[in-house]
Amino acid sequence: MSSISFPFAVLPRTGSAANLPPPAALADQDRKPLTKKEVSADHPTWCPGCGDFSVLALYFKLIERRKIWHEKITTVAGIGCSSRFPYFVQAHGAHYIHGRALPFATGVSLSRPDLHVFVFGGDGDAFSIGGNHFVHAARKNVKLTYVVMDNQVYGLTKKQTSPTSPIGYKSKTDIWGSADRPLNPMKLAITAGATFVARTTATNPNHVLEMMEAAMDHDGFSFVECLSECVEFYEGAFDAANPRKGGKFETISKDHDVTDEYAAYKLADAPWPGQFGVFYKASKPTKNQNEAKIIADHRAKVTGLADWQILQKSFDRMK
Amino acid sequence: MSAVVESPTPSNQTSQRPAVKITEAVIRLAGNSQDGIQAIGGFLARLAGRSEQEVMTFMTIPSTISGGPSIFQVRVGSGEVLTSGDEADLLMAFYQHSYNDHLASLKAGGIVIYDSDHVTEFKPENLEKYRHIGVAISSLTVEAIGGTGRDKGKNVFALGLLAKMFDLNIPKLHRLLEERFSSKDSSVLTNAMNAFNAGYNYELATAAQLFEFQPGQNVGQAQVVMSGNEALAWGLIAAGVRFGAGYPITPWSDIMELLRRELPKYGGLFVQCEDEIASISMAIGGSYAGRVSVTGSSGPGISLKTEALGWAVMAEMPLIIVDVQRGGPSTGMPTNIEQSDLNIACFGGHGDSPRVVLAPANVEDCFYCAIEAVNVARKFSVPVILLTDQGIATRIEAFRMPDLARLVQDISPDLSPVADHRPYDLSAIGGVTRHLAPGTRIASGKYPVVTGLEHDELGHPTGSGKLHTAMTAKRRNKLRLLANEIPVPTVFGADKGEVLLVSWGSSQGPVQEAVKYAQAEGILVSGIHIKYVNPLPNGLEAIFSRFTHVLVVELNDEGVYGYGGQMASLLRARYCDPRITGLTKSDGLTWKIREILQKVHSLLAKA
Repeated sequence: MSSISFPFAVLPRTGSAANLPPPAALADQDRKPLTKKEVSADHPTWCPGCGDFSVLALYFKLIERRKIWHEKITTVAGIGCSSRFPYFVQAHGAHYIHGRALPFATGVSLSRPDLHVFVFGGDGDAFSIGGNHFVHAARKNVKLTYVVMDNQVYGLTKKQTSPTSPIGYKSKTDIWGSADRPLNPMKLAITAGATFVARTTATNPNHVLEMMEAAMDHDGFSFVECLSECVEFYEGAFDAANPRKGGKFETISKDHDVTDEYAAYKLADAPWPGQFGVFYKASKPTKNQNEAKIIADHRAKVTGLADWQILQKSFDRMK
Repeated sequence: MSAVVESPTPSNQTSQRPAVKITEAVIRLAGNSQDGIQAIGGFLARLAGRSEQEVMTFMTIPSTISGGPSIFQVRVGSGEVLTSGDEADLLMAFYQHSYNDHLASLKAGGIVIYDSDHVTEFKPENLEKYRHIGVAISSLTVEAIGGTGRDKGKNVFALGLLAKMFDLNIPKLHRLLEERFSSKDSSVLTNAMNAFNAGYNYELATAAQLFEFQPGQNVGQAQVVMSGNEALAWGLIAAGVRFGAGYPITPWSDIMELLRRELPKYGGLFVQCEDEIASISMAIGGSYAGRVSVTGSSGPGISLKTEALGWAVMAEMPLIIVDVQRGGPSTGMPTNIEQSDLNIACFGGHGDSPRVVLAPANVEDCFYCAIEAVNVARKFSVPVILLTDQGIATRIEAFRMPDLARLVQDISPDLSPVADHRPYDLSAIGGVTRHLAPGTRIASGKYPVVTGLEHDELGHPTGSGKLHTAMTAKRRNKLRLLANEIPVPTVFGADKGEVLLVSWGSSQGPVQEAVKYAQAEGILVSGIHIKYVNPLPNGLEAIFSRFTHVLVVELNDEGVYGYGGQMASLLRARYCDPRITGLTKSDGLTWKIREILQKVHSLLAKA
């Protein structure tokens, strides 16, 4: 009874299928790992000296090292300086709205188990406008990796107080210094139920890569906070964690039991600049697994039936 | 006439009375929300559907958790049933307040059956005007079931009474009762059957007339009976939607509950989210992943979704958004009907953000519109809003069994490699480009970014005014292309005349019934129904030009300037035609035929 003509079941695509290389040339075993040149796209719009460059470079390195193909990654971000990330990566990507990258990425993750879903963003995107989504994506243990480049300031809008700005930080919205207590991302993630919680800093590239790789390998919601200095609006914010600036980069002791939630919380409570490494890691059922189980159970009851026959059974009950 | 209260000892003379043949009846059940009134109303509707009758129901439920007055109205007819009926032929009143509040809904000379255990006060003039039959429903139910049930089951006793009065098909009703109650422990079904039989075998007083329905017009056709919300959810499943996300809100929740329950059978899933914004975002993520996904809401929830909707327009992502309208603004009248979301559906959000809006007219239409919405979203790569309302959402209708083998479609994404891809190709015909799902290998090595920033053809950000102009036109031109494909609506009734009644959404039934009445009175009134609210179909002006008055009938406010409601304003803006006026109301109830006819008469009197 449709009044609009719709003569095709499979959508014709607007991308050109002409001049497609022969299937042999597309075979996975013949592909070489992607080079940095092949995975980089637009030149980043970040200011010279921005910590985010380091995270991007290490993301490229991760893709190269782990032989992930362009089409197998999805890079998702919200709004902010760091959220420009997907434009700089030569892969399928989405630049979504402010604060809502996580629910978007959840939709991708739950629909497509074949993809690696990476979400990048800043502290305002993650903990202020997107705070609610952070809590629930963590609680539901959705399989994806979330890297928050925390610079403790709103950079894109040019220096307003962020939810992680320390007390006394002078911004355009707190000219006399921020009065509100900052949020502790590690504590928030642990209490919300994230199953992989780690902390790193952009000035230590090897550590960033190590944390991102561990996060990617974790089956569940993996969260990495990466201190990433905004040289324009909060210069020197993370000097205390940078040995080159006279600070100390203290990694978490090997004795720390990463499955101990209380120990992780206590660790997160350490005075500034705190420690770096994996705070918490636990193996718990993911949202993806839970839903897959529900689907498998239901599918078992309708084995051999076409979709229209399953629907017909329901309609026959409404006669 | 005085109230006839049944004596406890039944007489056995009534069954000899001959039944009056009727073509339709409007039955209103009035009680409290926990009495199971909706359940027996549902039984009557299902029975009518299985008996090849047309049926339409109307119900109100209080927006409180438990308790509060509630009604269920069923109109069963052998002919075409377009509305749930202006006035009732029979009122079943369970309490004094039900009796007091709903007596006026009866036709003069109509029958009221009341529970004489609860209804004890009568005004003499009412005893004159209506036929009263008192039955001690509560105590007779307790007697029939015995034990601890209190008066639970009195709804089923009442169903038995109605079955007797209207000579309903007892084997079919027994089967319905079995289907409803047999999954629970066996005493539940036994109690239900005892209550039903007690009601059925109860000897009604001599004042009670017995009726018999003429055979329905749908003989030999299998019918299904369901609510609009159910029909819409099943339609989405038939259309191939396998992922969705939502947040609970009345009256949208039924749809998400059904999808949550049913989608796993089809390998799909529906997610309950932390809020409305997450819901639409997750659904957009599902669409981005390759398969048109659904979100939905009512009232305030729709307001919350508008920013993300703008993204879907900008990124040209197919998406289904269901808006089950209710009384607004703000929390408004959550359990009442209103058509006041037309503006937000067509224009809600910042910036120029063209999207498609489709409004189903009735329960059956909910099923087919859902399929059409999915296909339009796919074909034009655009968000589509399904604009339904509380009236259609909760009412139950019988309709012809759809041809599911033909209708059910597979819309799995095509992930085979392509040579290259420009997500926002400006040279695409009519501006229609389609989203390429992640997982698709692109041989050129140039991968798309989908984005809410204004972008170039590959999805990369731009500040170019020239590109913004071109892309804005691209997004708008897709809707123009669609408008060219929408059939011009057909006129219901004569092709020209005095008054053209324009309906959209659930106003269709009342408007068409009003047209029939008016024609019977010899007035030149016709109707036209607008299903595509945005973009509007082309060619309406030619139809309008053949009538002296164009009256847009809709359930919303006449607006600051008073020339009509939201659709009337839209039509005026498009056609600059001062003959377009509106008939609006905001009482939270469906249209009564006489309300429409009164306005038609006053228009003609002025002329």
